Amino acid sequence: MNDPMNWLKLDTKQTVEKIIKTIHHQVRTILRKKGVIIAVSGGIDSSVCAALCTKALGKENILALSLPERDSSSDSIRLAQQIAGALGVKLQIVDIAPILKGARCYELQLEAIRRVFPEYGEDWKHKISLPSILENDRLNLSFLTVQSPDGESKSSRIPLQAYHQLIAATNLKQRTRKMTEYLFADQLNYAVCGTPNRLEYDQGFFVKLGDGSADFKPIAHLYKTQVFQLAEALVIPEEIRKRTPTTDTFSLPQTQEEFYFSLPYGQMDLCLYGFNHNIPSAEVARAANLTSEQVERIFKDIEKKRRATIALHLPPLLIDVVDEINDIIQSTVRLSKEV
Amino acid sequence: MIDQQDIQKTVRDFIQQNFIFDPNTALVNDESLLGVGIIDSTGVLELIGYLEEKFQLQFGDDELVAENFDTILKITAFLQKKLDKQ
Repeated sequence: MNDPMNWLKLDTKQTVEKIIKTIHHQVRTILRKKGVIIAVSGGIDSSVCAALCTKALGKENILALSLPERDSSSDSIRLAQQIAGALGVKLQIVDIAPILKGARCYELQLEAIRRVFPEYGEDWKHKISLPSILENDRLNLSFLTVQSPDGESKSSRIPLQAYHQLIAATNLKQRTRKMTEYLFADQLNYAVCGTPNRLEYDQGFFVKLGDGSADFKPIAHLYKTQVFQLAEALVIPEEIRKRTPTTDTFSLPQTQEEFYFSLPYGQMDLCLYGFNHNIPSAEVARAANLTSEQVERIFKDIEKKRRATIALHLPPLLIDVVDEINDIIQSTVRLSKEV
Repeated sequence: MIDQQDIQKTVRDFIQQNFIFDPNTALVNDESLLGVGIIDSTGVLELIGYLEEKFQLQFGDDELVAENFDTILKITAFLQKKLDKQ
């Protein structure tokens, strides 16, 4: 097997060229749209996608959206302005909190949290997290952490009903964002860019009809480590490149690692790459600075998450195949890759 | 006093009724429920909530490991041990 240092190393120039050609082809020829809507969170994935779309279609054909809500980090808008400014694209800021309030999102959120912590006040903060996968063969059980205004925090395992309700409320945030993106896309006859990286796409870390929806996803084939390589090549502002990836869904700061992957992305990338390429666990362990036993556990977790989230990838299931439409879909997908 | 067979039957019945959606799937006592995907992470949450309520037990965070919950046999043995301690 080749040197682990090269497993995830990209020829960034060639990769950027291929992606921008493909975006141009997909947006203009396949989707027949004039430009692109992209929601920028201030994170690295959406910033890289925005830069790639700008290179592919020109800054005048990109509209970046910043879609904060009540629980968003205070950095979100500022970093969205920073990336839009660096790329020279238009930015529209839409506060989605009133829509979420109207849909009872915050009410449902509060009710679910109070089932676990009755003392939780509206000025408290919260997040959901998973224990580390490295410590033992732990079950993937979520914990709810709350923090009072004076900084005192408590954690507890979250019961099923409260978990479902809290996830339903937070998924509504992602779905409201996507609905807003399509509102602008319809008005401008633009396509919507989805921004998942390979880890998120492969492991089902997205919301169906929320951040999982898009007309095209230009970095879904790239490991997170590779997205960082592109970010450097595309000269994404340093503050965005150095920022810890977060979910920006809960009111307490929360990394993607503690919410879903249970492992820092660099190690997770190496494990996913090793698993995808049938590299022995001992070799992956050496590369990722883990034990073989830990890597075996992560391999099992990768498979489990794929199986558990497959419904997110599926189109609506039909009783019978409608061949006429199916044929067009397949030939369009084939054409979309032929640049 | 609940005997081991009753515990196993309670666990089996709950899994059968809540997680076996395909009538052709056979539930095997020593098969990995998590490994073959009979129970996913939400299912584990459901199973644990049910067992705590049914047997009036509280599971500590350090007990929530595959070693105690991966197969029907392991769940039964774990519950038996917890109940014996009461």
